[in-house]
Amino acid sequence: MSESFEPKIVAFVCTYCTYAGADLAGTSRLKYAPNVRIVRLPCTGRISPMFILKALQKGADSVLVSGCHPGDCHFAAGNYHARRRWTVFRALLAFTGIPEERIHFSWVSAAEGAKFADLINDITEKTRKIGPFTQYQELQKVIETQSSY
Amino acid sequence: MAKIGVFVCHCGENIASVVDTERLVKEISEHPGVAVATEYKYFCSDPGQETVKRAIRENNLTGVVVSACSPRMHETTFRKACAEAGLNPYMLEMANIREHCSWVHSDKEEATDKAIEITRSLVEKVKRNNNLKPIEVPITRRAMVIGGGIAGIQAALDIAGAGREVVLVEREPSIGGHMSQLSETFPTLDCSQCILTPRMVEAIQHPNIRVMTYSEVESVDGYIGNFKVKVRKKARYVDMDKCTGCGDCIQKCPVKKIPSEFECGLGKRTAIYTPFAQAVPNVPVIDKDRCTYFKNGRCKICEKTCQIENCIDFEMQDTFEEIEIGAIVVATGFQIQDTSIYGEYGLGKYKDVITGLSFERLASASGPTGGVIRRPSDGEIPDTIVFIQCAGSRDPSKGVKYCSKICCMYTAKHAMLYAHKNHDGNSQIFYMDIRAAGKGYDEFTRRAIEEDGAEYLRGRVSKIYEENGKLMVRGVDSLLGKPVEVAADMVVLATAIVPQPDAKETAKKIGIGYDEYGFYNEAHLKLRPVETATAGIYLAGACQSPKDIPDSVAQASAAAAKVIGLFSRELLEREPVVASISDATCAGCFGCQMACPYNAIDVRDINDRNGNLIKQVADVNPGLCQGCGTCVTFCRSNSIDLAGFTEKQIFAEVMAL
Repeated sequence: MSESFEPKIVAFVCTYCTYAGADLAGTSRLKYAPNVRIVRLPCTGRISPMFILKALQKGADSVLVSGCHPGDCHFAAGNYHARRRWTVFRALLAFTGIPEERIHFSWVSAAEGAKFADLINDITEKTRKIGPFTQYQELQKVIETQSSY
Repeated sequence: MAKIGVFVCHCGENIASVVDTERLVKEISEHPGVAVATEYKYFCSDPGQETVKRAIRENNLTGVVVSACSPRMHETTFRKACAEAGLNPYMLEMANIREHCSWVHSDKEEATDKAIEITRSLVEKVKRNNNLKPIEVPITRRAMVIGGGIAGIQAALDIAGAGREVVLVEREPSIGGHMSQLSETFPTLDCSQCILTPRMVEAIQHPNIRVMTYSEVESVDGYIGNFKVKVRKKARYVDMDKCTGCGDCIQKCPVKKIPSEFECGLGKRTAIYTPFAQAVPNVPVIDKDRCTYFKNGRCKICEKTCQIENCIDFEMQDTFEEIEIGAIVVATGFQIQDTSIYGEYGLGKYKDVITGLSFERLASASGPTGGVIRRPSDGEIPDTIVFIQCAGSRDPSKGVKYCSKICCMYTAKHAMLYAHKNHDGNSQIFYMDIRAAGKGYDEFTRRAIEEDGAEYLRGRVSKIYEENGKLMVRGVDSLLGKPVEVAADMVVLATAIVPQPDAKETAKKIGIGYDEYGFYNEAHLKLRPVETATAGIYLAGACQSPKDIPDSVAQASAAAAKVIGLFSRELLEREPVVASISDATCAGCFGCQMACPYNAIDVRDINDRNGNLIKQVADVNPGLCQGCGTCVTFCRSNSIDLAGFTEKQIFAEVMAL
């Protein structure tokens, strides 16, 4: 592993809580690692496991899924669906050989700018330690010829 | 062929000091599909927006990415600009390079790289955006107010006053709610009935208000502007249209010893009854469980007494009515806590330990004692009354962590009323803190102490027991640090305000959220306090949290203003972020139906031209769909997509990162 490895983290977040939390980190001028790229979705319930696989395939070294705290979902129950999906998805990850430590799941509310900043720093640090995720990229050529997306 | 315009904003120095906007513009302009890329100091300013508009017109842009602040800040601004330049407003994406980039990073190189990636990813998304139109939904301009207490009455009067129809549903035989039980009200000591009854009469006589008493909401279907509410009209056994309210039947009813709910059991009522003399409507109901005829099949004295033919009808049944409603105000009120959980206070065991609400009836001129404060056990006028505040409130061990808000005030009022009616009386008040925040409130409690001689003892009461005909109240004065014992003739408990016992079931029927206690949740505690998370349903009064009369009335008027605002429009416009299902590929598993938190997915039959069923598919009701997208992810055959966040858009966004 080279010393200059800068991980790429793709974050799938809901617009009502975590996206707003990241906005708050911004308005509060909290500094955090620039390694994260945010994809805004209406709700964590909208996040398909396919998005996560696609991000890893495209070169993300870690993926974050974050939404409203349990009970606070703007859409009443979307985050519960996301949570249940995650427990099922874990089994699939094991099957595909993707280490679970590449995927992070969190709740960040619109009021938790500091939590968001800490979270990103933490994930960046952890990913830096485990090194780049290359298994998928090696397969990428094969996948690209087969994928319709 | 996509022609995307990218507009990179400096936001003064906010972005440009960290992000190399020149490099961003240069690199993004080389990205496939980008027709224009330009930078400016403030794109949200008038000249900035003009630049965007001109670029759209001159280059026939098919999509716009504004690389600037959060979409939560200026998405609306730039959507409007797009629309004014003739571009569909949903062909815009905001690349957030301020909150998510320049403000949180300091390394210029890294920040610029990130800003380029963010912008590129949204260029790829916007290429796949579709022209969308806000969804227009018609509105039924009729409101329903659930609960006929002071909050419900106020909301109904305000909405009706704006010229809209209102259906006011109350489950008791009369409107009026808890306020009608009160004697005088703080902080002005005006008589509750005197200020309430005119409003009750105004409500029932208002041409725009339909009052449905002795009725309950059975179910609520539909969505904002288009609810269908099923109301159960409980059998009254008295014809509302024929009854003149003469009261002869009540006089003659032989069952006279039923404890009156309205009098908190301190007075009696008959089996055919109106809850109180000023009831609105002044039409009695028959208490089926207590009526001799219903129990034994004989009596019917009321029917014989009644001078109007067929006015009393023992065959009457509950009836149901479905009403189309555009907006709902929930004003279902509160109950007082069942104080039997305080065994040490002996409520129920000692007749002279009563609740604050019972004290209201004793002090009320229309109450069972005609306004003379007499103790329930022997009718004697008490010389010493002990009031215990926070009897249930702010006591997590009894399940109520919150402050009931009104008890400090009404206890001070009780002490005053007692002093005014019984000049030699001695009132002792055990309290934790005196919370008298409100207009004229602190002055009021001071007056109770300074002018009317209420003695406040800071501390909790541990036990009440009877000795030599006195109630011995044992507690502690925590300011003196000494135990105290007071011999009282009567004890009044300021019991906690709790939600209606069936508050949670009601919330489920209506489709709104509630907190751990059963108080209804507002959409936002500070900024949207009268709205619920369900569009078109509003809150008023103590069903949301303990409230006094001024607060309840203020919130009721606020809820009414929301309803009137909604009804001022011909059509409702909503964000077109809704799901749609492909008939061709839907397998009809209806998993999406289970996933949907809004019951927005129906089953639709697809028939051939002869009317034979070919298959059943899931169908999204765009009026109900809120656009969370949970169903999209759930769908096994990939038949559902969410406008504005389609699979194609998101995959393109991810692929460009």
